[in-house]
Amino acid sequence: MKLTLKVWRQADPQAKGRFETFSVNANEHMSFLEMFDVLNEELLAEKKEPIAFDHDCREGICGACSMVINGQAHGPLGGTTTCQLHMRHFKDGDIIVVEPFRASAFPVIKDLVVDRSSFDRIIQAGGFISVNTGQAPDGNAIPVERDKAGAAFDAAACIGCGACVAACPNASAMLFTAAKVSHLALLPQGQIERKTRVKNMVNQMDIEGFGKCSNTYACEAECPKEISVDYIARMNREYFAAVIAGE
Amino acid sequence: MELDSKIPPGPIAEKWTRFRSTVPLVAPQNKRRLEVIVVGTGLAGASAAASLGELGYHVKCFTFHDSPRRAHSIAAQGGINAAKNYANDGDSIFRLFYDTIKGGDYRAREANVHRMAEVSVNIIDQCVAQGVPFAREYGGLLENRSFGGVQVSRTFYARGQTGQQLLLGAYSALSRQISLGSVKMYNRHEMMDLVLVDGKARGIIVRNLVTGKLERFGAHAVILATGGYGNVYYLSTNAMGSNVSAAWKAVKRGALMANPCFTQIHPTCIPVSGDYQSKLTLMSESLRNDGRVWVPKKMEDVHAIREKKKKATDIPEEDRDYYLERMYPSFGNLVPRDVASRAAKKVCDEGRGVNATGLAVYLDFASAIERFGKSQANVKGIQNPDAATIRKLGEAVISEKYGNLFEMYEKIVGEDPYKTPMMIYPAIHYTMGGLWVDYNLETNIPGLFALGECNFSDHGANRLGASALMQGLADGYFVIPYTIGTFLSKEIRTPATDTASPEFDKVEKDVRDRIDHLLSVQGKQSVESLHRQLGKIMWDHCGMARNREGLEQARIQIRQLRDTFWKEVYVPGKALEFNPELDKANRVADFMELGEMLVVDALDRNESCGGHFREEYQDSEGEALRRDDLYAYVSAWAWNDSNMELTKEALKFENVELKSRSYK
Repeated sequence: MKLTLKVWRQADPQAKGRFETFSVNANEHMSFLEMFDVLNEELLAEKKEPIAFDHDCREGICGACSMVINGQAHGPLGGTTTCQLHMRHFKDGDIIVVEPFRASAFPVIKDLVVDRSSFDRIIQAGGFISVNTGQAPDGNAIPVERDKAGAAFDAAACIGCGACVAACPNASAMLFTAAKVSHLALLPQGQIERKTRVKNMVNQMDIEGFGKCSNTYACEAECPKEISVDYIARMNREYFAAVIAGE
Repeated sequence: MELDSKIPPGPIAEKWTRFRSTVPLVAPQNKRRLEVIVVGTGLAGASAAASLGELGYHVKCFTFHDSPRRAHSIAAQGGINAAKNYANDGDSIFRLFYDTIKGGDYRAREANVHRMAEVSVNIIDQCVAQGVPFAREYGGLLENRSFGGVQVSRTFYARGQTGQQLLLGAYSALSRQISLGSVKMYNRHEMMDLVLVDGKARGIIVRNLVTGKLERFGAHAVILATGGYGNVYYLSTNAMGSNVSAAWKAVKRGALMANPCFTQIHPTCIPVSGDYQSKLTLMSESLRNDGRVWVPKKMEDVHAIREKKKKATDIPEEDRDYYLERMYPSFGNLVPRDVASRAAKKVCDEGRGVNATGLAVYLDFASAIERFGKSQANVKGIQNPDAATIRKLGEAVISEKYGNLFEMYEKIVGEDPYKTPMMIYPAIHYTMGGLWVDYNLETNIPGLFALGECNFSDHGANRLGASALMQGLADGYFVIPYTIGTFLSKEIRTPATDTASPEFDKVEKDVRDRIDHLLSVQGKQSVESLHRQLGKIMWDHCGMARNREGLEQARIQIRQLRDTFWKEVYVPGKALEFNPELDKANRVADFMELGEMLVVDALDRNESCGGHFREEYQDSEGEALRRDDLYAYVSAWAWNDSNMELTKEALKFENVELKSRSYK
């Protein structure tokens, strides 16, 4: 299949970006990133600069790959990262627009690569249980209700890619933060620090310059791990409980 | 050179306890003065950095990723072993130790493996306390499952993403230390070289991958937790960025590389589909718990399938060859990885592969779906359920156990594995070889430690499933915090390392010169295409089966390719900018050298063991022929461009009897 790509090019964080148009031959078994590999090999053969993009595991789990494809974070297929999106979901002659994840808290480094270290700082603000190595009791000393463990897992499945931020009209990081807060709040191990955790993480989210949530649910729609917006409601409850309790 | 493995004296079950009671300690006020560099933030690196930070050391931690949460540990699917015996099925520390030594085909060091089995139980406790959402029974307690190569259920898991959940646990512990200031984290910083001062590892040269600037970091000790070198084969289940460079730089500065030819081929990967392919995707070994592996018995069926005239489901039961169950009745589909991989190669070599390339076998869940369906119907009190009901109930159970794997398969291949069997084929997955370390996980360079897949110590010639996560976390959480004291207790009067010293000048200049060289070639071949050529040589001659003639040829071809690389490579852009092609060129240049060492090691080892199968050494039934009288040693190689030098560490087996490994 013959495709036309309009790809965002930006030399560095300060540079003014622009779209550049390429044509590329792909086949339906390729992943979207393999199609970019093919294009980059062609650019290199012409001694042109290849397109920079983040990627690593190519199995949909590391959260490195990004790209907004035709206006959707990780492209048109639900519950899928860009690296797991295969070209069989496109057709010959398609024009595909590819942009970086855009948010002021995710500054562009080059082309399609953005800096998502703001997510790390939200975790550093409290996304942990304070237990030093060696302090833990026996694993089975802390039973966890099976359904609760399942719900905690569903939240913990977040891969930290930032699609929720890219999808949100306000560039809000509510779904990411809510997933992390909920994962630990649902487990008995997370109870001790429950209140300080949610306050500190929400506070850091605001410091990083992420926007507010206006309940469009675009984040859930484009999350490659299909994290539910119910967790946002849970985080709001956690947050208000923590603030009103005044601790 | 003499290698001292520094194994503590005493009976195997007491070595680690005695060691911990007698190891020199570093007092808290001295820990605050000591600096440690940790390179890599996978399970081993993140857990080590967090634990050392908790102890009070000043830690500087580096990753080439944009965040420490992305290391390839994250992709491990199946689980983590621990000798908890929660299943009450006869497991024990000794049995886990024994299974690991046997599974590794008697090429691992007993004392290290026993220690790993001992601390395995603490790992589970630690991870649970951190909030890792392991699978639970209805009573709220931890659930276990079985895994290849063993007869007990000792594997803990978190659906199909155990690696991600464990890494997120280690990353949260690391994040906490970062917030407390005991760990300083450097994202998108890649180690380019190691700096030795007076023969000790005292620092690293790092390239800031965003700006391209070279930066110097000094410390009292350096820990490498930089993973394996499977990407020397180009196509592997490793992530695109996984590389050998940090470990290789240590080798170029005098560290020894142990058993590089021990590479693991994973039996259950999605088969190759085309030339553009960038990597291979693993389907967790846990699938072999419930999936049955087969190919057609009749060649006419094979042809019909390849021509798409028949589907797998059209082949009647009696015309299927469940070859693992036939060849290995006592372990069946759960034989270890090396055995399962070679069996797949054997049936495909016979021409019975089931896709267009002839390089694929079926992994079929129909029996499991039926079995689970009947059991669920029984639980729900449904009398005489019809086939559709059984199927529906059975698929629900399979979905709960393996749902995300089935989804991933469908995304990549475009077929629904609930309805038609998966197609799988072996691929390079893990490297048991790595930097030579002693019992303290210290390399032969004083002050340089290697953890996790980066070292060689625990898996011998073959790693059992669910043991990589165990080793990474054992090394990082529970071993290095103690063993690093053997070195650092002698360094309490050593001042902070001066990074303006001539030693740092020299190494930084070497790094700069090499980068300038790479950029100056301006040839016609891309890094990717050269890497692909290297991978093909490695896979063809040093893959699932190896022989002297092929290996000798491979060595010549690799050297030629290395020359071509330095004459023909094209790296665009500049040194002082974000330049992913330059990052890749730096890594592939090192693979060109490591590849040769791997082949030299494979040539030296005139036996078949674990992942290393030399065609000259097999018994009448085609099983691997180990030669314990000649090769029960660790091969530790020093780099020398013209003549690599081998040092042998004899392996002593005092607690297990060396047996021919049988899974029949």
